[in-house]
Amino acid sequence: MIEVGATIPERVFTINRELLKAYADASGDQNPIHQNEEFAISVGLPNVIAHGMLTMALVGKFVTDWAGGSSKVTHFGARFIKPVIVPANTDVDLTVTATISAIEDKSITLDLTATSAGIKVLGMAKATVLR
Amino acid sequence: MLNPDSVGRTFEGADSITVTQSEIDSFCAVIGETDTTVAPPTFSIRISLEQSQSILSDPSIGLDWTRVVHGDQKFEIFSPIKGGDSFSCSSTIESYRVAAGNEIVTVRSDLKTGSEIALSSWSTLVVRA
Repeated sequence: MIEVGATIPERVFTINRELLKAYADASGDQNPIHQNEEFAISVGLPNVIAHGMLTMALVGKFVTDWAGGSSKVTHFGARFIKPVIVPANTDVDLTVTATISAIEDKSITLDLTATSAGIKVLGMAKATVLR
Repeated sequence: MLNPDSVGRTFEGADSITVTQSEIDSFCAVIGETDTTVAPPTFSIRISLEQSQSILSDPSIGLDWTRVVHGDQKFEIFSPIKGGDSFSCSSTIESYRVAAGNEIVTVRSDLKTGSEIALSSWSTLVVRA
């Protein structure tokens, strides 16, 4: 049902080091904290972390699949509150859900939740899509 | 530290940027998107962060990019990006504050086709103390 308060079924994306390398190449963001464990630890991180924008891109995929395509999105925002930690040779989850928070004549706004290993990684995540 | 005179200023990117279909295809492939006729909603970060980085790293602005962490990100999309689209880019330093020694900068990037804004994005960048 499309009504305020309705939830959209959860979806789990898999993030691993191969995906981080692919995202680095596709986005141009080659910051070593997303690929090199030794470097990441040297700057005080627990391990390699995913690009915040990769997390947001996957949440975006959740939104566009629900909305009916990439051309439907008019607003999309999020705060990066915790990193997605990606150890070597490990698949970690990015679990995404959403609630419909507003319905206008031409648009629907979703409040999005994204967690990894049970920890909330995005805050204030919202998307507005055309109906 | 950021030069306070730069807050509120808009910086024009040097050249027009053309998005290729292959760039959209690569971005889509990473997130498992099979419809590549328009770019995914976060695709433009590829253009805007590079623009912001080149502007903010200029010695006259003085942001230390090596210590930057992405705090938050927002997109307002008026017209979805397609392969072959060309844009002029500008970046505006909208706000700047220092909290607990960290510098917090919000930069708005506009992608325009002629005089029409196709997409605006806001990046909050935190320069760790």
